[in-house]
Amino acid sequence: MVKNSFIFIVLIGVAAILLNLFADFNGNTELGTIAAHYASKGIEEVGSANLVTSVVVSYRGLDTLGEVTILFLSAAIVGFFLKVDNTDNKNRQLKYTSEILNTASQVLVPIMLLFGAYVFINGHLSPGGGFQGGAIIASGLVLMFIAQPKKEMGHKMINIIESVSGVSFVLLGVAGVLFASGFLDNKILSLGKFGTLFSAGIIPIIYIFVGLKVGSELTGIALSLKENQNEA
Amino acid sequence: MLSIILALFLGILILVLAVMAVQNKNIVVAIIAAGAVSLFASILYLVLAAPDVAMTEAAIGSGLSTIIFFYVLNKIKRQNG
Repeated sequence: MVKNSFIFIVLIGVAAILLNLFADFNGNTELGTIAAHYASKGIEEVGSANLVTSVVVSYRGLDTLGEVTILFLSAAIVGFFLKVDNTDNKNRQLKYTSEILNTASQVLVPIMLLFGAYVFINGHLSPGGGFQGGAIIASGLVLMFIAQPKKEMGHKMINIIESVSGVSFVLLGVAGVLFASGFLDNKILSLGKFGTLFSAGIIPIIYIFVGLKVGSELTGIALSLKENQNEA
Repeated sequence: MLSIILALFLGILILVLAVMAVQNKNIVVAIIAAGAVSLFASILYLVLAAPDVAMTEAAIGSGLSTIIFFYVLNKIKRQNG
């Protein structure tokens, strides 16, 4: 009872703070100075048809590097705490999976992997990008884990893909310092024709690496959790 | 106008599902309700013209995290008895 009234008091406090914010809010009719610069100059400076991508990868590329690093850290921590000892792996007993799940996964998994690759390769043209594509690829692989729990998949290849793409991402950023105007600048390659696949400098290449890195990290987390299951 | 009605409907649905996820005694139902919150939130993002966020929410929020919750739930159940 005391606990409930305490929760109620906290809720009233939060509501009072939010009410203040809500009373002051009278929607912006025009963009702020930085946002206006991104919106008006973004196309000629970055050359990406998807303005969100030009902000995420080029103007705020360092933030993306930070996000990828945080995801890497959490994946590493999950892998560290869920280390599998292969000694009792022999007497693992797995549940039977249904025929519907099995058949559906055989149809859906290749399509999901292809769609994920499409999303991150076309990140500078259509909505989506490295994170989204990587998450779609990881969902496809997790569907495969659920449908075929007996199938073994090594951590080694996932780790290699993840490290290589992470290092390449940073090296491309350093190449921006050497050959263009700054860290993660996209004008190492020419901007190309606006709206085509080979445009926007190195944004497509960076997004391919981000997609592979995010996909392998999320798959690694799910794989560690799957290997720890013992469904008797 | 239509998009405002749709957004309101989705918002109420999300609230109902969120209360269900917190209050339901059956953990499996609670996890599925939490996944459904993310699914409807991603539709809401699409209605509010943010397809990038909608894709992330649908793939991570309703896909991967629901499955990770189920894996963890299964592991806890085995360890407790």
